[in-house]
Amino acid sequence: MASKAVYSHRDPELKKRDEFEDILEERRTTSDLRYALKCYTPVLYKGLTPCKTSELKNMVLQSDQLHYVINQVSKETGTGTDEIQVEVEAILEEMAHRLQLSTVRFFAFTLSKIFKTLFSSICVNEEGIQRLQQAIQEHPVVLLPSHRSYMDFLLMSYILYTYDLALPVIAAGMDFMGMKIVGEMLRMSGAFFIRRSFGGDKLYWAVFSEYVKIMLKNGFAPVEFFLEGTRSRTAKSLTPKLGLLNIVMDPFLKGEVFDVSLVPVSISYERTLEEALYARELLGVPKPKESTSGLFKARKILSEDYGSIHVYFGQPVSARNLAEGRVNRSQFNLTPRHIPRKPAEEIQDFVNDSAFRLVRAQEESMVLKPWVLLATLLLQNQSAGNKRGMPLDELTEQAVWLRDLSRQFGAFLHWPEHIPPSKVISSSLSLHRSLVRISEGRVQLTLEKGGRAEPGLRPPAITPENELLNQAVVILSCASYRNQTLHVFIRSSLLASAIHYASVNKKQEIFNTFSFLRNMFSNEFILRPGAEVQDFEDACYLLVKSGTLQINQQEVLVTERGQRTLAFLTNILDPFVQGYQMVCRFLCEEETEGLTEKQFVPAIRKFIIKHLLIGRLKYAEVLSSDLQKNALAALLRLGAVQKLRRSEEEWTLKVNTVMVNSLEDTLGGKLPTQNPLVARL
Amino acid sequence: MASNRSSSRHQTARHRLSVIAGHLQRPADSNAAVLAVECKAQENRPTVKTGDRSEGRTVPRRRQEIMKWNGWGYSDSRFLFNKKGQAEFTGRRYRLSGMIIPNLKDWFEGTFGANLQHKTPAIPILNSSAVQRPTLNEVFVEELKSTGIPFSHEAEDRVFRSHGHCLHEIFALREGKIGRLPDMVIWPNSHNDVVKIVELACKHNVCLIPYGGGTSVSSALECPPEETRSIVSLDTSQMNRILWIDEKNLTAHVESGIVGQDLERLLNESGYCTGHEPDSMEFSSLGGWVATRASGMKKNIYGNIEDLVVHIKMVTPRGVIEKSCQGPRMSMGPDIHHFILGSEGHALKPQVSSIFTSFLDGLKTFYITKFKGFDPNRLCVATLLFEGDRERVLQHEKQVYDIAAKFGGLAAGEDNGQRGYMLTFVIAYLRDLGMDYYVIGESFETSVPWDRVLDICRNVKARIIRECKDRGVQFPPLSTCRVTQTYDAGACVYFYFAFNYRGLSDPVHVYEQVERAAREEILANGGSLSHHHGVGKLRKEWMRETVSNVGVGMLKSVKDYVDPNNIFGNRNLL
Repeated sequence: MASKAVYSHRDPELKKRDEFEDILEERRTTSDLRYALKCYTPVLYKGLTPCKTSELKNMVLQSDQLHYVINQVSKETGTGTDEIQVEVEAILEEMAHRLQLSTVRFFAFTLSKIFKTLFSSICVNEEGIQRLQQAIQEHPVVLLPSHRSYMDFLLMSYILYTYDLALPVIAAGMDFMGMKIVGEMLRMSGAFFIRRSFGGDKLYWAVFSEYVKIMLKNGFAPVEFFLEGTRSRTAKSLTPKLGLLNIVMDPFLKGEVFDVSLVPVSISYERTLEEALYARELLGVPKPKESTSGLFKARKILSEDYGSIHVYFGQPVSARNLAEGRVNRSQFNLTPRHIPRKPAEEIQDFVNDSAFRLVRAQEESMVLKPWVLLATLLLQNQSAGNKRGMPLDELTEQAVWLRDLSRQFGAFLHWPEHIPPSKVISSSLSLHRSLVRISEGRVQLTLEKGGRAEPGLRPPAITPENELLNQAVVILSCASYRNQTLHVFIRSSLLASAIHYASVNKKQEIFNTFSFLRNMFSNEFILRPGAEVQDFEDACYLLVKSGTLQINQQEVLVTERGQRTLAFLTNILDPFVQGYQMVCRFLCEEETEGLTEKQFVPAIRKFIIKHLLIGRLKYAEVLSSDLQKNALAALLRLGAVQKLRRSEEEWTLKVNTVMVNSLEDTLGGKLPTQNPLVARL
Repeated sequence: MASNRSSSRHQTARHRLSVIAGHLQRPADSNAAVLAVECKAQENRPTVKTGDRSEGRTVPRRRQEIMKWNGWGYSDSRFLFNKKGQAEFTGRRYRLSGMIIPNLKDWFEGTFGANLQHKTPAIPILNSSAVQRPTLNEVFVEELKSTGIPFSHEAEDRVFRSHGHCLHEIFALREGKIGRLPDMVIWPNSHNDVVKIVELACKHNVCLIPYGGGTSVSSALECPPEETRSIVSLDTSQMNRILWIDEKNLTAHVESGIVGQDLERLLNESGYCTGHEPDSMEFSSLGGWVATRASGMKKNIYGNIEDLVVHIKMVTPRGVIEKSCQGPRMSMGPDIHHFILGSEGHALKPQVSSIFTSFLDGLKTFYITKFKGFDPNRLCVATLLFEGDRERVLQHEKQVYDIAAKFGGLAAGEDNGQRGYMLTFVIAYLRDLGMDYYVIGESFETSVPWDRVLDICRNVKARIIRECKDRGVQFPPLSTCRVTQTYDAGACVYFYFAFNYRGLSDPVHVYEQVERAAREEILANGGSLSHHHGVGKLRKEWMRETVSNVGVGMLKSVKDYVDPNNIFGNRNLL
């Protein structure tokens, strides 16, 4: 019962969702200064041990766990504990936040100004805020927002301040700290900084985990971090990272707190600030290092209209309910709790599963704007070879069809009801005029020259390759909107593709193909480990309900009117199928002997560009390094490719050509999935 | 309403503080020493049966002569709300008897949302027709008659031996519901009687369930409903003699049926004590202590039952088990006593024990109440009892006060301490009062390492509150705890849980579900299945996970060897 509360719905259409309220509305009518100086008295955790920010560090330094690790490190390295203690203090100094209200007020003022110019509205579900307020009083709270933009955590704190809720402390990547003044300002608004990688550094891990745990246990403030670990450049949710989730689950699992409330928060941007930046990054233009001056340059972008933001505070998920019946907590009874231990497999599985559930909960409450449907349709049209775009009225008809379909599939679609569809569509198109334009009654992606001015990226001489990359920027930007619908359709798309590939209509065989595809793409989409059967049944249910399929005991039949839906769903998955095939082909055809991981992306990019230019591949979005890396990760996971260590830092790839070949053929539907090689998967 | 309640609570707390403050002004070495026994019920021995062997003993063969059939303790002692709505304690046995307890009503109504208008009285008299007719094993009865050992198959006698004091057991009795019960009761008078009875039971395949004081809170006395054989309750209450006292070795040889208060009183007459004082010591028996691995409040000085027992002689279906000497400690493989201590009457019937005793030389008892800080709502109180010779008591006192001073605590005089000590004996009567007014509750215990004490207290209390809410309990429950015993490596924690069940159709079931959840929480937080109440049938579902498969297997194999035909068939523990 409890775990189902996170996300589960037989009929997604019936899913109840809260109403939104625009918090900018009041900002436009009343004084920002008064707002920034308002009386701020948030409700606090009932078990709070009041302590100052400065005392936190001492509590960490005095903790049993840290003492233990310091002694251990001292024994191993022969360094004196005093010296290590100094090191610990330095780590803490580098990490710790210095949350203070004055800085928050400063941000409240400036962000009000900025938000009002950038966005038309910031919509928040107030019921979610009330639930959060309740949760904060009862148990330590962990806030888990989705991560699509740098904006995210400022926005979160801004909203919490607006509603008089306890300000969170936020785990931020160290790269922010490089931004001179801003880094310090963020620190004073509650950010604490963690190094991106500290794999084997026991001491760092101990300081870091103890710091987070102490804040959580004492109810000092809600702890906020991003499950996805980093901003998703593709707008697809990323496979969750488990480190911090492990840390915040630990006090509950060890009985140090009664429960922990995990609150998924879905932040959806109508137009992402970093839209083009992400696309370029995926195409191999490295991301600019965060710097204060860079931020000011970015100001130019900020003079545009970015539409609305929807922030949905989900139902708090009780760690206790998640663990009920899954984790035997008495396993922690036999060793002192301050001795750090690698979590048992059972715990790892549990945390992993919880992470997936939470990311799914984020996904489900992401608000979709009409534009994401348009982007989906336009991309499908584009790849069908219609270079001249789509007639506006056809787009409108299709969009209305897709609107209804996606609602049936449970999408949280924000389509204004009282406005005629043509208006909705034209206003969406105009907001995204950097990506689409209407000419002669046809809607086109701005792929041709002059469509989009990109100072700085435009090379002096335009080679076919560069032109392709320029087009790819637009296509990948569009894809990042299309990707927002993926979580709605992915399960059904896998089923539709399985039906498409399976030569027969036997349910069992279709399930086998479904499982194969699901397994293949589990690095690409959020597919909860071990939930194959449930996903299959959910997909069947939706397709039967929408009149696409008829399913009896053994057989699956496509209805007459289901063809359109089925074709649409198959097309959704197609770029990924072809992309993965491309990766397989690359690994088999090209000289990959001794290829290092680092060399992989540039090499395959060259390979794909070649194929795109000669027209053997129609999806420019396959150029996305995200897709390429996911495909490689899948192949590694399946054992078709192995990593061999070359040096301390470098790995090379070793390809099992037979297996990769066979996977490619299966993906193309050339081989049945019962192939013994694949059956093992 | 709510604010009203809290302000009256405030007042109570303030009053209490002023009482404590009053103690502070007293000279610390007040000489009013009070013996522990004075807090227990006065000796009000039944004088009915002149020819009875039980002269000078508390428990008669017919328990119904002095004790309640459907509640705790003596028939004449109970809490009630009188016509004025004041709480009073009836009878003349206890120091509290005949007294008005002024704040109890407010506390009771405030804590549980109970109301004196809403009563749930128990049925007053046992309806014998509701009692199943006994299934007698005729041949066994015939042969038993020839031994001359007294027995009975009267309904009242049997009902008395069909239960302990678990909530569900008492609740059912109050409603007049009686399930499977022993078919007859036998009162052996000596070790040899027991040997004869066990032999006969084996010969005729009769199920035996030993019965001592009847204070079990683990469903240990419940007759397994699936038992088809004739069930015979073996009441040891008449085996209550001290056979000898050995002053050289400070040991005494005592029969297993003696109840705590008799043992203590008789030893006191010779200037000794055992120092074993469980809260139930008025009624619980030596044999029961051994069978459950009991623990008492003075264990820090005298030790738990396993530290006190030097020698055990016990009758089993296989024969009599005992060691050949009385050395204080032995290295002869695993101690066979440990198959007996905590055996829960399971195939094993302790017969005669020898008990370590200590001098009560110049006994002086102090009761000290210590508290931290002065916020009356956040007061931490410890009732401490110092016992021993004058020097040792003074030394202990100093140590404790030094520790207290280090944490801002104070010694608060002995009046409150005495009251607290006395309350341990009458507290069990309070539950019966609650049950008259829709309030049911119970206490349960665990033992836990020091570093987890606070965590377990917080989590179990919170779990109880959450479970009550989830299960539709209409009023906030009482969910509290205290540390009752301390060890170097941990402590024994008692949880008290009670709630007002108005509006619930099956309150006992709700109660059991919540208690079960609380026990799971205890285990998840590093607590033990039981510190001294035992496993019985109530907690045996967790045995395997708490002692491992092998552990259960070891115990099973002992049972299989000692009692292959399950003559001692109460099915506890395993």
